[in-house]
Amino acid sequence: MTMRRTDVVIVGGGLIGAWTAFFLARRGRKVVLVEKGVVGAQSSGTNFGNLRLQGRFPGQYPLSLRAQALWEDIEELIGDRCEFDPSGHLYIAFNDAEREKLEKYAAVSESHGLAIEHLGAADLARRYPWLSGKAVAATFSPRDATANPRLVTPAVARAAKALGVEVVEQCTVMQARREAAGFVLETADGRSFGCDHLVNAAGAWAGEIAQMFGEGAPLFPAGPPQFVTEPFPYFIRPSVQAVDGTVIFRQIPRGNVILAGYPRTAADPIRNRAPVPPAKTLAAMRHLTAVVPALRDCHVIRVWSGIEGYLPDMIPVIGPSMTTDGLFHAFGFCGHGFQIGPGVGLCLSEMICDGSTETPLDPFSIARFRGAVAEDEKFRREFDLPAAAR
Amino acid sequence: MAELMAEVVIVGAGPAGIRAAGILAAQGLRPILVDEGRQAGGQGYRRPSPGLALDMDTLMGTEAGKYKALHADFAALLNRIDYRPRTLVWGIEDRRLHCVRDGRQTTIAFDALIVATGAMDRIAPLPGWILPGVFTLGGAQAVLKDQGCLVGRRVAFLGASPLLSLAALQYRKLGAEVVAVCDTSSFRDKIAALPQLAAVPRTLARGIAYLAALKRARVPLFDGVTPLAIEGEAGVTALRFRDGRGHERRIACDAVALGYGLKPETQLAELAGARFAFDARFRLWLPVTDEDGRAGEGLYLAGDGAAIGGADAAEASGALAALAVLHDLGLRSEHDERPALRRRLARLRRFQQGLARAFRWPVAALARLSDEVAVCRCEHVTAGDIRRAMDADLGPVDVNRVKAITRCGMGRCQGRVCGPALQEIAAAHAGLPVEAVGRLRGQAPLKPVPLGILEEEEA
Repeated sequence: MTMRRTDVVIVGGGLIGAWTAFFLARRGRKVVLVEKGVVGAQSSGTNFGNLRLQGRFPGQYPLSLRAQALWEDIEELIGDRCEFDPSGHLYIAFNDAEREKLEKYAAVSESHGLAIEHLGAADLARRYPWLSGKAVAATFSPRDATANPRLVTPAVARAAKALGVEVVEQCTVMQARREAAGFVLETADGRSFGCDHLVNAAGAWAGEIAQMFGEGAPLFPAGPPQFVTEPFPYFIRPSVQAVDGTVIFRQIPRGNVILAGYPRTAADPIRNRAPVPPAKTLAAMRHLTAVVPALRDCHVIRVWSGIEGYLPDMIPVIGPSMTTDGLFHAFGFCGHGFQIGPGVGLCLSEMICDGSTETPLDPFSIARFRGAVAEDEKFRREFDLPAAAR
Repeated sequence: MAELMAEVVIVGAGPAGIRAAGILAAQGLRPILVDEGRQAGGQGYRRPSPGLALDMDTLMGTEAGKYKALHADFAALLNRIDYRPRTLVWGIEDRRLHCVRDGRQTTIAFDALIVATGAMDRIAPLPGWILPGVFTLGGAQAVLKDQGCLVGRRVAFLGASPLLSLAALQYRKLGAEVVAVCDTSSFRDKIAALPQLAAVPRTLARGIAYLAALKRARVPLFDGVTPLAIEGEAGVTALRFRDGRGHERRIACDAVALGYGLKPETQLAELAGARFAFDARFRLWLPVTDEDGRAGEGLYLAGDGAAIGGADAAEASGALAALAVLHDLGLRSEHDERPALRRRLARLRRFQQGLARAFRWPVAALARLSDEVAVCRCEHVTAGDIRRAMDADLGPVDVNRVKAITRCGMGRCQGRVCGPALQEIAAAHAGLPVEAVGRLRGQAPLKPVPLGILEEEEA
């Protein structure tokens, strides 16, 4: 058996892996992207498609803004717009406590140079007459956007391939280890790869790869249920999200309303399925009609989910391994990896090619899991089960 | 007896569901019979809407006796079962059905579930098939029996199905002009199928009688036709095809009824946990069951939703499924009717295998369907869209991935209509056997559910 030598192997053909491959190839690196299924099939392809800037984890803004600039340039970068739409994002509050929360989010956004419009009930009634009176205040971020997740990852992987990346689908990594001459990977179909740098972007399956290098993170799989209605005339432009987490929705120009439901549900990474319990569908429908009563007579026609990797502090692992030189992790995006995806790929390519990146990534180090990690306040309300039950 | 407390739920009040309910009720159980329709009977034995006087003896012809018997038996059953019409089952979880009835959400718990959800037409797209005025063959029959309506005044029947001639006769009886019955399969296919069709001589004779009646009425009959296009702008104006001798014909009409045999409605069975296997004879993915319809723990399938067999087979398989439920609950009857029912069912299904041979699903025509023809009418995805997506670098092969990239099968019907054609087009384009490109997976909701449904606790 001959070993295929290359500069970098990336495990995981999701959005992160595809963008990392793309940027590495632009820097002249030889890259093999190994995917156990097909590119962009799990959370990269099944998420809501939000490119939201407001309300993010404060330490993520430099990365997030860098990523948004790449999204805004996507057609130039990969030759495909992927339905990128700078539709703006409306964060709505149902009471004063939530309004205060929004104001806090806005202060963070504004400190990073984002323009945020602060809207009261009268502004909402004038600008978005289809919103029910339940929303009493909102912040609007015009630079926020949406794109079609089903299309993005395959398009980025194609662009990477055009730059010379070898994309290997239907290929599961069984073993990975560091030897004197570099990394050695063995796959289920009997192939073997050798490389100087290894990127672990295996999503909900990344924990197994990290473990091969004696490193751990409390990663668990879950599915974000998504729902879509039949198409009808286009009247909802911005993407809308309730800050209480009950509902998030957007309408695409062809007319369908896409909505995501919380809490997230259990997913089965072994059988590769993330079923959506009927109660989730009902709850999502109830929350949406409370906010947009005009949708009452529309039908939900389809439901889906995918498998995402989550961590208890609700922020990802991005950066070098603490145990193994040349290994980089990028996983556990906790349902907000879509927006930062291109930025993460760019930063990883810089770390590999230049030894460092200008973007601060300290909060995302895997080192934080050596000690006790605080659960994020979002954690309990965004999942069906407490982490202990998993 | 604890077993008598077992909650048995039957979904579908066609011949399979009604026969199953009858057997369970006879044993003292009170099954819940859930049906999406307003009236029991299913598709084949559909009754006219209340207040509509239709001559069902004429419409049902030789099958009028069975039609009457089934409805009479159902009427006699009503006070011994819990019948819930107008109830759409849209999801299932942990032995509980999620339903919508009259705009309200309800759930129904069960210990044993008999799925008898029937079948629908298998559709092969052709240019113009999404014009107003084109109906599925079953749809054309449904509006006739349910509403006494015709899909048009001058109707052409196109496809490959024994139901073409039956529907054409029914339309003629109710006053439509049948301008053509165009069968895409050839006389040779029918001869080749004769040995299997001989398994049920009575039904074979009936099919021949339908054709003879149409001939006597001087209805233009064509076989071995190659459909070219359904023409029209705002609606159907003509059907264009090449006849068996290669002559191109254009027949004016204002409606077309289209059907290439039946495909089982398996979405609920799938959500309930049934496994599927590809059946090369029907070229369909069918749920895997034992000979009595067992498809999993507490899951039983019957009727055309399990395997295409027709109304008589549906009655037999409904009875078998109910007997299997009783057997599994430990309620065995002294006189075991199962061996006889199994033999009868096997014979009836053999006949259907003959039909699938005599009336062929047009595989080659689908493979060369021209790029501009819509395959998915909900999302307007063309054959060319599918092929271009597959041709792209890292393009999909599996139909679920083709769906994810192109939207084919993502609309209101969830791939019920376009699924079989999508499989053929994808397989032909990939140069693979059709079973290698997979089947569209189902998800709840099984049918569209209104956002504003009222939720209520289980009664």
